[in-house]
Amino acid sequence: MIKVTFIEHDGTETTAEGDHGDSVMSLAVAQGVDGIVAECGGGMMCATCHCYVDDAWFGKTGPRSEGEEDMLESAVTEVKPTSRLSCQITLSDDLDGLVVRLPEVQV
Amino acid sequence: MSDGHVVIVGAGQGGLQAAMSLRQEGHAGPVTLIGAEDGLPYQRPPLSKDYLKTGQAEKLVLRPAGFFDRKAIDLRTGIKVDAVDRAAKRVRMGDETLAFDTLILATGTRNLIPPIAGISRALGLRTLADAQRLRGSLTRPRRVAVIGGGFIGLEFAAVARSFGHEVHIAEAAPRLMSRVVSPEMSARFRAKHEALGTRLHLGNGVIEVTEIGVVLANGMEIVADLVLLAAGVRPNTELAEAAGLTVDNGVVVDPFLRTADPHIYALGDCCAFSDSRSGIMVRLESVQAATDHARAIARTIVNGHQAPYAAVPWFWSDQADWKLQIAGLAVPGATSVTIGEDTVLRFSADRLSAVETINNPKVHMKARKLLAQETVPTYSDLAARNFDLAMF
Ligand SMILES: Cc1cc2nc3c(=O)[nH]c(=O)nc-3n(C[C@H](O)[C@H](O)[C@H](O)COP(=O)(O)OP(=O)(O)OC[C@H]3O[C@@H](n4cnc5c(N)ncnc54)[C@H](O)[C@@H]3O)c2cc1C
Ligand code: FES
Repeated sequence: MIKVTFIEHDGTETTAEGDHGDSVMSLAVAQGVDGIVAECGGGMMCATCHCYVDDAWFGKTGPRSEGEEDMLESAVTEVKPTSRLSCQITLSDDLDGLVVRLPEVQV
Repeated sequence: MSDGHVVIVGAGQGGLQAAMSLRQEGHAGPVTLIGAEDGLPYQRPPLSKDYLKTGQAEKLVLRPAGFFDRKAIDLRTGIKVDAVDRAAKRVRMGDETLAFDTLILATGTRNLIPPIAGISRALGLRTLADAQRLRGSLTRPRRVAVIGGGFIGLEFAAVARSFGHEVHIAEAAPRLMSRVVSPEMSARFRAKHEALGTRLHLGNGVIEVTEIGVVLANGMEIVADLVLLAAGVRPNTELAEAAGLTVDNGVVVDPFLRTADPHIYALGDCCAFSDSRSGIMVRLESVQAATDHARAIARTIVNGHQAPYAAVPWFWSDQADWKLQIAGLAVPGATSVTIGEDTVLRFSADRLSAVETINNPKVHMKARKLLAQETVPTYSDLAARNFDLAMF
């Protein structure tokens, strides 16, 4: 199991465990984390699964996927260098312990 | 502040979003979400895409069970609302009744069953139960006939081909996805599906489903041991109609998504609303419409009067390695300008009204932004910039 901690805008922390190959988005949704909306269910169509990867982990999540950059442009909150669409981050063993922060709103 | 009892009929993507948005906007009163299907609300788009490949039903669930308790949303599934009594402001389910202050109809659609002999032999693809049945039947080699060359039929066909099944699609219209995309885009997808090895029969609908396959309008017989019916849907409007509300290709709502009864709203697949740009009454079958409607209704219920609904429609469809994306809405008679291999701009009365792209999220997102502006570019604005959306 791979652990991921979500820190919401108001400081609420939720830690969830997922499997190899799950997306960070699907983990948040399965856990009912409010800060991820994921309207398109991971189709990279909605940019409502925006997250900021914690600085300590940023190097490990890999580069943005093809098209992700363009979708991020339409995220409603500020896009930072650490911004990712959480549906495009796939869990692997070296992401065990991953920390992501969530923006105040997604829509 | 709002503290009345909101009852939502239909626990699909739109109904669930309405319940969530009511809480997000600060609705303090009770919220009851009633759904005829069993189990937690789930998303339909993957049913004709990933789910057919992976079979992972748990991935479709929109929110976990605990979420509903935490948000004080009374989720009641496997229960069908039979009637709405507007005078008493009650809904009836079997012999139980439930009082509401505000009602949201989010009843979606069901498959349209065309009057074709033997049609009951065909399977549909609307619910998780449908998809489970179809997936089960794809485990051994099949000859598949698909009735209808729309999004769902084409998505299913692409998956079935990737499994190596033999696939025929029969479509009565002369081109694919004819209700929603430009002739130019239809042609691109026709070539794509033919390259995938799917046999297309255009302008040649199915007139009979037999024990051994299907018969087409031109008399041709196709042998098939799996027939998918994907010939469109009908909105579930019976509740509204029986309650005396206007129904015309959907429950008719005003620009605030309200029916003629100020206590009753309708959203998503089951409602007909006025497209803010063209003024035409439309009914959209998309996640975007269902969820944007839901949010708009929740804001109106909680905060009172809002600006008229004007969200830009968008849609996607995954067919093999092509992601088709549509921003905006092309009304009948729209003209097209094709750019390169992957983009079609559509114009209505000289103004940009929709943009169709294949695997080009950059142009798609730009289009969504441009179409949301107060003044949308005209044909000549675009022509002056070589039809390059990035120049705006
Ligand atoms: C196979 C498939 C693929 C799709 N792919 C895409 C896609 O790629 N992109 C996209 O944007 N859209 C897609 N869609 C469309 C999208 O899923 C719908 O537009 C969306 O689900 C509409 O939401 P809704 O809430 O209006 O209706 P639904 O999600 O259909 O929910 C309506 C619910 O109401 C229930 N109900 C009806 N009557 C009653 C009653 N009297 N009492 C209680 N409950 C009742 C029904 O059982 C149903 O569960 C797809 C749909 C299908 C079927
Ligand atoms: S869930 Fe829609 S873009 Fe990630």
